[in-house]
Amino acid sequence: MVEPVLQIDNLVKSFGALRATDGITLDLMPGEIHALIGPNGAGKSTLIHQICGTLKQDSGTIRLAGEDIGALSAATRARRGLGRTFQVSSLAPEFSALRNVMLAVQARQGSSFGFFRPVMRDRSLIDPAMAILERVGLSDRARLPAAELSHGERRQLEIAMALALQSKALLLDEPMAGMGPEGSKRLTGFLDTLRQEAPILLVEHDMDAVFALADRISVLVYGRIIATGTVEDIRRDPAVRTAYLGDHA
Amino acid sequence: MVLTRENAVNLTLAVLLLAVPLIASALGQPFYVTLATRIAILALAALGLNLALGLGGMVSFGHAAFFGIGGYAAGILASHALSGEPLLFDLPGTAQMPIIWLVAVIAAGLVALAIGALSLRTSGVYFIMITLAFAQMVYYFAISWPAYGGEDGLSIAVRNQFPGTNTMRPLNFFFVAYAVLLAGIGLFALIRASRFGAALAATRQNEIRVAALGIDPYRIRLAGFVISAMITALAGALYADLNRFVSPSMLAWHMSGELIVLIILGGTGRLFGPLAGAALYVAFEFALGGLTERWQFFLGLILLGVVLFARGGLLGLLAGKTKHG
Repeated sequence: MVEPVLQIDNLVKSFGALRATDGITLDLMPGEIHALIGPNGAGKSTLIHQICGTLKQDSGTIRLAGEDIGALSAATRARRGLGRTFQVSSLAPEFSALRNVMLAVQARQGSSFGFFRPVMRDRSLIDPAMAILERVGLSDRARLPAAELSHGERRQLEIAMALALQSKALLLDEPMAGMGPEGSKRLTGFLDTLRQEAPILLVEHDMDAVFALADRISVLVYGRIIATGTVEDIRRDPAVRTAYLGDHA
Repeated sequence: MVLTRENAVNLTLAVLLLAVPLIASALGQPFYVTLATRIAILALAALGLNLALGLGGMVSFGHAAFFGIGGYAAGILASHALSGEPLLFDLPGTAQMPIIWLVAVIAAGLVALAIGALSLRTSGVYFIMITLAFAQMVYYFAISWPAYGGEDGLSIAVRNQFPGTNTMRPLNFFFVAYAVLLAGIGLFALIRASRFGAALAATRQNEIRVAALGIDPYRIRLAGFVISAMITALAGALYADLNRFVSPSMLAWHMSGELIVLIILGGTGRLFGPLAGAALYVAFEFALGGLTERWQFFLGLILLGVVLFARGGLLGLLAGKTKHG
């Protein structure tokens, strides 16, 4: 039997009386894109925070490639192979696009305590970083500070950095947010090619993208997963239709 | 090296700092040599802080502690060398600068490791306050330690020695301080361009992103804080030798503030910012201090002007905005 890459079991997180995460069980299989959808306030962000380690769960386990990562810091989880992008682009704004990706390459190589060798002459950082920028279509913007990139380009740069980590699993938090229809379409095509590299847990509001990409969809409402299944299952599920999809499907 | 505008400004500053004492010495004006030495040493102290503050975004309000530890290392070792009494574990004192520097740097590094390990659990205004509090602890410790002069401080009867040169001659001692400053600037440039420098600068810009890449921001900051303290301590040892006197005032919070002022005046995070700031500061102190005892009032006005209208400091004015690869 194939082991899931990411396995979340009976996760609970409360804020006072509010159970923002109410016993969530979810897994991510190798080679799949698993979309997580749900209306605003369903607890998606809270769940992501717990998976990435910026919030501590009250109970439940999070396993990455079989290892319990539920008590580790965000940085340690990333080192163990959990790559992520942020809902609002989170970059080093003064650094060029290239240097942002180089930082990710450096992090993957596990060596941030080199004090004397200049990074801008280090082919082992520059070459892989340029190759990744090429892949996401940013190579001609490589020298521009991240702060001067357009919104869409910053989203691409986020993905480039996540790719540079060569993670075991990718967690993409609304990668389509703020992208125009053209941009979304291109990004959808690109993400489609990634699932063999690393399975993706995709949190997304853009239903066209979700239906085009997802192998499985889980629907989160009020801190609970009310349904998990293929695109067709979810489209047909009456509970989902009332709770979330409305007339869209 | 490419001759950018910033490099041209930097080169001019370095040459000017060398030229002033040479000319002054030729004209028989040793006072100006001492003034230039003071600039070089304060620049080195601020350079150290600039690594934490400018590169790493850690606004340490306690770097006087490291400056003073460097100063006391020089004073204590020299006093034991003079009296012949053993210091610790039968080890003698020394009047040799290289050994004093090593002791100063190691002592400050260890103290910085302890202070940093605790302070860096906080951030923002709490970090500022907790570094201040630790520095004040060191300050009051020095005041209440009679063995080394307590409140009165400790004189260094004869300036410590550097192999191959007579440091009692002002110009020779300037050369020593100048060489150490240049070495410090070189080290800063290397670190800034390195993997560690990239991680430190990225941590300042976006800590959450750095953590999401798997780099622990706390460890990066702590290492930066310790290196920063070590450089400032080296300057402290030189400063004690310049004045041939070390007192708790080197450890006082005014000193921490002064170092921050130097950086802001010169240009935060800039390679030659501390030198520009120190030159400006000492020049003001000298020019205005001759006119009025209240010269710091005018310094305050100038600082206000810099913060309001010239955020990049003197280097920002002369060399334009920072460029990143």
